[in-house]
Amino acid sequence: MKKAYLSMAFLLSLLTSVFAFSANCMAAEPYKIGAIFSVTGAASFLGEPEKNAALMLQDQINTAGGINGHQVEVIIEDSKSDETQAVLAAKKLIERDGVLAIIGPSTTGESMALVPIMNGAKTPLISCATGAGITQPVAERHWIFKVAQYDFSVAEALFTYMKKHGITKVGILTITTGYGDAGKKALMETAPKYGITIVADERYGPKDSDMTTQLTKVKAAGAQAVINWSVGPGQVVVTKNWYALKMGIPLYQSHGWGSKKNIELAGKAAEGVISPLGRIVVWDKLPDRQPQKSLLKKFTQDYEARFKNEPGTFGGHARDSFEMVIEALRKVGPDRSKIRDYIETKIRKWPGTGGIFNMSSHDHCGLDKDAFEMVMVKNGDWTLIK
Amino acid sequence: MLTIFLQFLFSGLTVGAVYALVGMGFNIIYNATSIINLAQGEFVVIGGLMMWFFTDSLHLPFFQSVLLTLLTAGLVGLLMERLTIKPLKSTDLLLMIMITISVSIVLRGILSFKFGKDPYGYPAFTEGEPFELGGAIIQQQTLWVIGITALCIVLLFLFYNKTIIGKAMRACAFDTTAAQLVGINVSQMVMISFVLSAIVGAVGGIAITPISLMEYDKGPMLAVKGFCAAIMGGLGRGRGAVIGGFIIGILESMTAGYIHSGLKDAVALIILLLVLYLRPAGILGSSAAARLRRF
Repeated sequence: MKKAYLSMAFLLSLLTSVFAFSANCMAAEPYKIGAIFSVTGAASFLGEPEKNAALMLQDQINTAGGINGHQVEVIIEDSKSDETQAVLAAKKLIERDGVLAIIGPSTTGESMALVPIMNGAKTPLISCATGAGITQPVAERHWIFKVAQYDFSVAEALFTYMKKHGITKVGILTITTGYGDAGKKALMETAPKYGITIVADERYGPKDSDMTTQLTKVKAAGAQAVINWSVGPGQVVVTKNWYALKMGIPLYQSHGWGSKKNIELAGKAAEGVISPLGRIVVWDKLPDRQPQKSLLKKFTQDYEARFKNEPGTFGGHARDSFEMVIEALRKVGPDRSKIRDYIETKIRKWPGTGGIFNMSSHDHCGLDKDAFEMVMVKNGDWTLIK
Repeated sequence: MLTIFLQFLFSGLTVGAVYALVGMGFNIIYNATSIINLAQGEFVVIGGLMMWFFTDSLHLPFFQSVLLTLLTAGLVGLLMERLTIKPLKSTDLLLMIMITISVSIVLRGILSFKFGKDPYGYPAFTEGEPFELGGAIIQQQTLWVIGITALCIVLLFLFYNKTIIGKAMRACAFDTTAAQLVGINVSQMVMISFVLSAIVGAVGGIAITPISLMEYDKGPMLAVKGFCAAIMGGLGRGRGAVIGGFIIGILESMTAGYIHSGLKDAVALIILLLVLYLRPAGILGSSAAARLRRF
């Protein structure tokens, strides 16, 4: 008796697998898109929301029937925040999986490491990192695009606002990571163009617990404002120290400040802190006619419903790069070269989460300082300021 | 000028108090076993994150949360010793230290699953404006951290010198074989040392989280700095770790203040190296004892 059951079960399973196989054959080949994100390691604060966003969008598009009958398959590789791993992941995605395009990586270093590989393989890369070197010079970055705003655009947004409010001397605090290094460079290079002098240039480590010393020095140097450029707990600690010291000069943060968690953690110390933020953080404060508002609303609400967390600027980068590839696939089909050309020539006045993109043959990012809104913390919430 | 100096000093005290508490945890296990427990930083993280979990997530009262947090940490210390150190047949110290590294990686993994990668924090123990002294300010929580460090020193002193268990643990530290011969259950002492050190670590975590916030991967940095504190003061000397911690904290702050903030970690480590060249046993350690050490 037992034997009979077993053989029946075996037959049944054979039958179902045959059916499954034939069903697979009938469906069109899926479109494969590679994704390289720093899901673990030092930059995991970037990779985590990026991975989530990519997975969510993949599911959404497949539930809606895919692209012209083709399902979309996003193959996500964790670069562990490491350049070597990113290179290996890209080679694997190109050679073994035969992806049509790659979105990511999360950091500037990893993106730079992929430039020669992508150019060699003639496969488009849409990076989620900020460094200007990723896409410039465009002549040598034929296959490379990026969707994150430039660091110097952040600096320009900050200095434009400061200039308007008569601030000419600032002290800067930057974190000793790649993020802070890039910020320090952007601030130093952009300041002279706006007639602003950097009177104090201070640094701190990503796990430091007190920045009172650095802030005291900034004040002693006669700065009229403090700019802090970091991500993670450091920006909250700086805010608390700034508040405790009663410095009497305003605190500006980089675009990394854009998370409600920072306001919660800093409490009343966060009141009055100013930062240039991507519109994804303040979408509910935008006027209805703003072209990004509806897509920001949908993306943020979908993300929050699924992951119980805000997507933030970084989740938005993954969304923008994914949607650019999807739109190109929809219009020109699975051809790497045509996808690249489409992104370069057809992504014009294209609203995304990071801003309104204007790609061209001399700019593979297509965003400037207008991608940011100046935002102040008031009563525990973001408020748009002019 | 004086105001600025005082401000640097207070900043150094804040940071130093954190290092001191971590450094003390190293000494407890070292004294009973000669092991350097590199998962010590994770005990601190567990303290901070569990305290957040009980107060902010479950909304339990303060003292109840502290008690539960210390219990959790103690349990983690106990499990760590029973599951990884005790079953070991070999007594190779290097092997044991490597095991503590792997435990720290496992703990970090578990914490990142439970708490994610975000930083957590809760309000300071006492609300209110920071104190002002000569124009410089010192946060109330810093005074709490320093007070708690002092309390830990006193309690540990009483434990090691006045209780029979404490004395037995010291006997294990002097000579394991002799301790065994006079009837001390060495295995039990080792277990207690892990529990105790996890609790001291967690106390540190509870106290510093309102100042520095806590996230799953803060452990390694805390372990390195706490270890420096313990080495500088003389490994195995309870008060040594405290002195070492404050010295490193103040040095870092003064370097950041008077030289450049980018150099603060480097200068603190150079001073540590100098101390070790000139006094290999640390500031409080005796060189005769250092020669007998296996580590």
